[in-house]
Amino acid sequence: MRAAVITFPGINRQDDIARAFTLAGGEAVHAWHADTALPGGTDVVVLPGGFSYGDYLRCGAIAARAPIMDAVRAHAAKGGYVLAVCNGFQIACEAGLLPGVLMRNAGLKFVCRMQHLKVQRGDTDFTRHYQAGQVIEVCIAHGEGNYVTDDETLARLEGEGRVAFRYCDAAGDETKRNPNGSRNAIAGVYSENLRVLGMMPHPENLVESLVGGTDGLGLFQSLVKAA
Amino acid sequence: MKARVTVTLKNGVLDPQGKAIEGALKSFGLEGIGSVRQGKVFDIEVDTADKARAEALLKQACEKLLANTVVENYKVEVVG
Repeated sequence: MRAAVITFPGINRQDDIARAFTLAGGEAVHAWHADTALPGGTDVVVLPGGFSYGDYLRCGAIAARAPIMDAVRAHAAKGGYVLAVCNGFQIACEAGLLPGVLMRNAGLKFVCRMQHLKVQRGDTDFTRHYQAGQVIEVCIAHGEGNYVTDDETLARLEGEGRVAFRYCDAAGDETKRNPNGSRNAIAGVYSENLRVLGMMPHPENLVESLVGGTDGLGLFQSLVKAA
Repeated sequence: MKARVTVTLKNGVLDPQGKAIEGALKSFGLEGIGSVRQGKVFDIEVDTADKARAEALLKQACEKLLANTVVENYKVEVVG
């Protein structure tokens, strides 16, 4: 499994997420925003977290129009995997790879803390190492993670089982601990073919017990096995 | 030509920044402040003297980058 981790100016989580893929048994290579083609043999495109273009205009808006993004859209269109985390999720939404928008947190504060999530389904290529309904603890660090869509899109996402993760408390209550006001406590969503996943939390931070836990590792192991 | 593009949030989209500004204005005791919605203004110089062309160009700029039409509306004014 080869993951191509794309770095845009202002992105700062590219090495952590590349490392998570390596720990899970995959191979990670780096790609640059100004490239027009993905590295050969790319199975998974990774849009990492950070602050591309200083979050100017709207988070992810400028990176979403970078030269490499045409190749990323083509990769997704032919069924390739895309994992988009935090600023990467914002970029994916702005690029039209996923529906919705990430708006300013309802509480206006940048939220940086550990956060429980409920895995909504355990049968996608991103989540086979988890069980449906499992509560995992990862971390979040964002100021614009408030997931917004219109009612129709929200109903479609829910109806098609395209919500990947919801924020919840340690007991799995999805009505508690919503850090940013996201509709239906949505922390991550899939594309229609379940091959593109965008999420605000950082699974790549929780891949080693030495640094606080391994609840994020299963996502990378699932992908490495699938791709 | 000079032009001004205004980008505003659609009705019904939560605007926590606007709410915070509204709260601050009200806390000054300013009478008559109803509600506040925050938006963005872009002043743009366009290399054409043709008003219709300038408007078409800026509409494209809005659709491609300046506005996210999922949650935002935009208005283009060519000011001459």
